[in-house]
Amino acid sequence: MSKVFEKSTAFFDTFERKPSLQKTTHYCPGCGHGTLNKIIADQVAELGIQDRTIYVGPVGCGVFIYYYFEGACASAAHGRASAVATGISRANPDAITVSYQGDGDLAAIGTSNAIHAANRGENMIVFFVNNNIYGMTGGQLAPTTLIDQTSTTSPTGRTVKNDGFPLQMAEMIAGLEAPTLVARVGVNNPKNIRQAIKVIKRGLEIQRDKKGYAFIEVLSQCPTNWKKNPVEACEWIDEVVSKQYPFGVFKDIADEGEAVERPCERVEFAAVAEQLGLVDKVDKGDQQIEMPRDEMRFKFAGFGGQGILSLGMMMAQMAMQRDMEVTWLPSYGPEMRGGVANASVVVSKNTIGSPIVDDPNVLVALNRPSLEKFGPLVQADGLIIYNSSLIDQVPPDLKGKAFALPATDLATEAGSAKAANVVVLGFYAKISGMFSLDDLNSFLGETFKKPALVDINLKAVKAGWDAAGETKL
Amino acid sequence: MKKLVKGNEAVVIGALVAGCDAYYGYPITPASEIAHAASEYFLPLGKVFVQAECEIGAINMVFGSASSGLRTMTASSGPGISLKMEGISYLAGAELPCVIVDVQRVGPGLGNIGPEQSDYYQVVKGGGHGDYRAIVLAPASVEETYRMTIEAFDLADKWRTPVFLLTDATLGQMMEPIDVRQEPTQRSEKPWALDTKPESNNNLVTSIYLDFDDMEVHINQLHDKYQQITDSEAKAEVYGADVPDIVLTGYGITGRMLRSAVDLLKDQGINATLVRPQTLWPFPTKVYQQVVKSGVPVLSVELSRGQFVEDVRLSLPGHSVKHYGRVGGNLPGLDELVEQAKLCLEEAKNV
Repeated sequence: MSKVFEKSTAFFDTFERKPSLQKTTHYCPGCGHGTLNKIIADQVAELGIQDRTIYVGPVGCGVFIYYYFEGACASAAHGRASAVATGISRANPDAITVSYQGDGDLAAIGTSNAIHAANRGENMIVFFVNNNIYGMTGGQLAPTTLIDQTSTTSPTGRTVKNDGFPLQMAEMIAGLEAPTLVARVGVNNPKNIRQAIKVIKRGLEIQRDKKGYAFIEVLSQCPTNWKKNPVEACEWIDEVVSKQYPFGVFKDIADEGEAVERPCERVEFAAVAEQLGLVDKVDKGDQQIEMPRDEMRFKFAGFGGQGILSLGMMMAQMAMQRDMEVTWLPSYGPEMRGGVANASVVVSKNTIGSPIVDDPNVLVALNRPSLEKFGPLVQADGLIIYNSSLIDQVPPDLKGKAFALPATDLATEAGSAKAANVVVLGFYAKISGMFSLDDLNSFLGETFKKPALVDINLKAVKAGWDAAGETKL
Repeated sequence: MKKLVKGNEAVVIGALVAGCDAYYGYPITPASEIAHAASEYFLPLGKVFVQAECEIGAINMVFGSASSGLRTMTASSGPGISLKMEGISYLAGAELPCVIVDVQRVGPGLGNIGPEQSDYYQVVKGGGHGDYRAIVLAPASVEETYRMTIEAFDLADKWRTPVFLLTDATLGQMMEPIDVRQEPTQRSEKPWALDTKPESNNNLVTSIYLDFDDMEVHINQLHDKYQQITDSEAKAEVYGADVPDIVLTGYGITGRMLRSAVDLLKDQGINATLVRPQTLWPFPTKVYQQVVKSGVPVLSVELSRGQFVEDVRLSLPGHSVKHYGRVGGNLPGLDELVEQAKLCLEEAKNV
């Protein structure tokens, strides 16, 4: 039996995507990228996963891997290949997603994206080509440049004081829980290449079986920027570089874990509607609410925690169910988290312009600071309901008609001081004729899920309703 | 059926109705409710939701999923949008459809979380590097936020381009009813997408063309497309008098407040007309030229010291356009807008 050595079927026959010289690569003579590309292509072809493989190229010397690999390819922004590969992997759960990145790309500008993709255990294989220098950009210092190594931005050699220590990416990533395979290999001599083939095959098998994240650091020679001839460059990896970056498989736990399945479903509208809880509610009638004017502007104010925002929301919800136009706008800013809270609600028969209420027709003030702040904004034809359980002094300059309602006391009697907002709702509904007690009861029954809460709120709304007596606006 | 929701939640419901497949984002006030709602609804439906490690990560995940043909979105606010800009340039260069929401807050720098409209230059004029454009939709209500989110996905697919939805802290936080039902959406075939089929082996998503002539062809094609978008997609709402004494203009929340100002001015015997752009790119220049007759004063209002007004002025060469802006998180009162309109009328008389 004879084995015919030929170009891998995972490579294009000629490199049509390359603008010129379509039978050669763009790599410099002696560069390790070509060897790595060949190993990947051979293994992809051998495993029969070519159609499933999607490649992401980086910015750097690997930028043009799409010239060579016959497969779907994307080119990512500098450092972002692991993030782009995340998006591809999530979108194509059956893909073998390959992120191919250099040392500047992965270990400097894109460190965060690389680490987090690893930490999420994305189904992807990352080839981290470490030649301790920026190749494509012109031989600058990389995070992996060795101490004392010269580059175009460390002309007298890297110093710890100025540039820090060489970054050990494989060791860092092996320290994370999620990755299933982490290794460092070389492509500088036949022995290292044989080991690289083994490890890369393993990494691709892990992808085929959806067993999570694989990281393979590849020590690669860069004769051009190292200013060495190819033979010297290959020897330098064994003699010097691999002392800083030792070869080895740092982690392989793929056999211990299950396949990682992350869904990416297309769903019908019916499923969306169900998820959103869209159910056709009982029609409350198309009869709109009778109001003193076509547009009513409410301001609800009080302490954070008094249910002010939800009082506004209940008002808006009920009006919406009666086919009115409504807006609800919370007070905004630090006061959201404690202190005075307020909500502006507009209920209108027509399209609502400004949702901001700086001239309320109705003010509900559940504490004194709110009455002092908003009370003077209410005009003579306006209405103020204030919580007389907590407010014993009314500002003298109020123009609007003021009603004292012991909302907190009535709510406490009903079972919870927190229901003061619902007491107000019952009171206002009665004096304005905006909603009937039946409307209120059925709304509260739908709104609160726990029976005990329903009970308290029904009592509270009745207490407010009764407190209004025969008062009409 | 009607649902009372915040503007930020309306974005997510619109996205679901439009068949959005994937959401990638990073939390930031006042846009965070978008991420909250997306996480709540996307994951149980088997859709993709990832809270990314950073804004840059999020936009590049969008790049990956959009490359794969998914309807994909992200959302943020000014500081986050600044970080995303590199990725947005790549998305435009690679002609990838996606939807990006900017819930504007106060800037520059950390600013604060109140509403502003000061990301206009950044979003409408570019922001990322290179000679590109992105469609920008500007809703003025929660219902329009919902509708425009659906529309954004269709436009993104139709033109293979990123589409922005530009809202603000007020629109994002306020609640209004939206009418949710099944909508016809036009999901395009994407034979160019990265896939795991043999047919896609030749597919390449990139923004690099090493050869200068090839690159020029690509950029020129982009701009032919931008011209078609300019010719066909510009939209504005016009409201008020047929023969106005004054034209008021503003977009988003400001445009909506100016609508109330038009009504208040009418009560005082002043005929005003509102022009409210619904697309900021393409800018509805023709609408301005139709509505604004020679000699009629124009008042342009925005929550910024003057970005949007530049496009109004470019649309009305030789015409005097007065700018009024509030910043810092403040919204103008309606009385303030009415007063500014009267001042503008007064100044026009004195010229």
